[in-house]
Amino acid sequence: MTTTGADQTSQHQAVTGNAIVLPVSDDPGRLADNIVLFARTLRKAGLKLGPASSRDAVEAIKIAGIGSREEFYWILHSVFVKRREDHVVFDQAFKLFWRSRELVEKLIAMFSPVAPDNRPKEKLKPGETRVNDALFEGHDKQRPVQEKPEIEVDARQTASGNEVLRTQDFAQMTVEELARAKRSIAEIVLPFDKIITRRFKSSELPVRIDPRATMRAAMKTGGDLILPRFRARKSVHPPLIILADISGSMSQYTRIFLHFMHVLSERRRGVHTFLFGTRLTNITRQMRYRDPDEAVDQCVGAVRDWSGGTRIGEALHEFNKHWSRRVLGQGATVLLITDGLERDSIDELEREMDRLHRSCRRLIWLNPLLRFDGFEARARGVRTIVGNVDEVRAVHSIEAMSDLIAALSDNRRGAWDPRRLMAPVNRADQSV
Amino acid sequence: MTGNSHNLPETIDATIEMLAANDYVAGRALGTILFLSLKMGRPLFLEGEAGVGKTEIAKVLAKALDRPLIRLQCYEGLDVSSAVYEWNYPAQMLEIRLAEATGEGDRSRIENNIFDERHLIRRPVLQALQGEPGRAPVFLIDELDRTDEAFEAFLLEILSDFQVTIPELGTIKAAEPPIVIITTNRTREIHDALKRRCLYHWVDYPDAESELEIVRRKVPGCAEALTVELVAYVQKLRQMDLFKSPGVAETIDWATALTELDRIALDPATVSDTLGTLLKYQDDIAKIESSEGRKVLEDVKSELAKAG
Repeated sequence: MTTTGADQTSQHQAVTGNAIVLPVSDDPGRLADNIVLFARTLRKAGLKLGPASSRDAVEAIKIAGIGSREEFYWILHSVFVKRREDHVVFDQAFKLFWRSRELVEKLIAMFSPVAPDNRPKEKLKPGETRVNDALFEGHDKQRPVQEKPEIEVDARQTASGNEVLRTQDFAQMTVEELARAKRSIAEIVLPFDKIITRRFKSSELPVRIDPRATMRAAMKTGGDLILPRFRARKSVHPPLIILADISGSMSQYTRIFLHFMHVLSERRRGVHTFLFGTRLTNITRQMRYRDPDEAVDQCVGAVRDWSGGTRIGEALHEFNKHWSRRVLGQGATVLLITDGLERDSIDELEREMDRLHRSCRRLIWLNPLLRFDGFEARARGVRTIVGNVDEVRAVHSIEAMSDLIAALSDNRRGAWDPRRLMAPVNRADQSV
Repeated sequence: MTGNSHNLPETIDATIEMLAANDYVAGRALGTILFLSLKMGRPLFLEGEAGVGKTEIAKVLAKALDRPLIRLQCYEGLDVSSAVYEWNYPAQMLEIRLAEATGEGDRSRIENNIFDERHLIRRPVLQALQGEPGRAPVFLIDELDRTDEAFEAFLLEILSDFQVTIPELGTIKAAEPPIVIITTNRTREIHDALKRRCLYHWVDYPDAESELEIVRRKVPGCAEALTVELVAYVQKLRQMDLFKSPGVAETIDWATALTELDRIALDPATVSDTLGTLLKYQDDIAKIESSEGRKVLEDVKSELAKAG
């Protein structure tokens, strides 16, 4: 095994700034330095590694010794990889790093941020995108190159299955808007928004005796007086999964949705957010940025199919296959935001909606293009979705987030029953 | 590194051999991480699909190292009183009445009697911290994803210091940290802070060769030709777009079922009759029973015939 990067160590050590003290002063070679450098490379590639992980790696090498290349690989793997997704990045980085020197130089050039005066937080993420772009090269070759939208087309009420990759700019959130959004989110009452857990909290209601609290209280009087204390089951918000359509027909609302999801992610635990147009993107981590504009920027960077076509069935298939079991546990509520205008395969949509409906506790469809009164679900995609949800919520127009919240908080009994929309369709021709 | 050095394997190869001696076929990756986790005294965090042998590792480890196995099965609402300790309230009440009857007036004496170790019911976490020296138990925290974040946070404290505090008794610290193995099925993301304290390993489906070895060891009565066929079939299924691919546990179940039925080779009728041991979702079964599924069996047969 050829250890490389040693020559770069000195210059990069200076860049590191935060010196890591390694317990390997007796180490004659530069292996420890190289491991630190390797950890830095991984960190830049987006792995979440603290300084302690370098120390762990050196310790692990000392314990296990250096045998074959494969063994060395797995030793470092065991310390550096903490998520399954990181495996592929580690694999590539290992192959490149522990090989020839020219490649390492290229790698470092690739990872190095372009503008040196960026804040570290901003440096890290673009680096990740670039590494991923580099690593997954070839995967995207059959797809068209990213392009900026040149012509503004109002694509409401239309749907297309074609995949067009676009980037998107959103107007930033004003201070007033943000304050108003936070206020209204605080008041939001989602339907069926509390689930009773098996945990207890102390309570005044004399329903259940809390033996532990009773015993502790009894000790105050030396056991002369045993007064019962009570407890009751605790209720919590269930996890909330948001699946939002960002295709062309929905584009004018996307900004409001993104801000809505951001404020919601900040306020509640267990919110997972996915965007889909022609493909599914998990933006949960991007939504954790505290600043709303930064979070939206991060999403813009992560999503490749802004305002393109819609393939709802395919996106749901991907969600069901890769994510449903990971995020739909513990009684999750799913909020599906889409206009339901699916062009391609209605069969797949039917199958995947059915699967989704059976995997979550409550499935709510929020349709921003629906006029509820006098509406008949006629488009085939819409009919398919209506048949597989617990509630259909409509918003006539979304000018601000408050409209959205008003629609979600309206808990009139039975008002949102999907059966109301399922008026019989006699005509065989179903227009979209 | 820690005091945990009794009868632990000395090399990675020894670790793999030790598992093999107990009928657990482990790859190099798993052998390495298990060896490191034992040596460094770090919890081992295993993630993977259901039925790939995560829980089995802990069981085999306990058997191979001759340690007691303490299992904490996680579920929603798991709390301190069912995970760590609980007081025996009826016995405590009795103690109070006894104090009354004997006219005991000393408050601290009464309190000592009531919160005595005699009345303490030890739950898995506490048991794991009180192993005999030199024989620290294997502590299996199974399906951690089923419990909530609150319990996860509590676990953090235990995994870093290996101690718990009982207000009435004081702090109980492990003389020797247990060998901790955590498994999850990924029905929920586990917090990074917990993962950081552990060595992480994704337990994948085994390759054809390892799976053959597993079936031979686990189902010794299975005819060799059938073993080769069914493993090849399962490997093929895993490449298909199924909602839930069959795990190793399912392969073993299927092999056992076919052996019980005295089959020595796969045929379409047998496959369709016994598919329920392999696939657990109706959509998947429907898919396999269609023409696509029949083709899989033909492919397997022709490929095996070609390989000789």
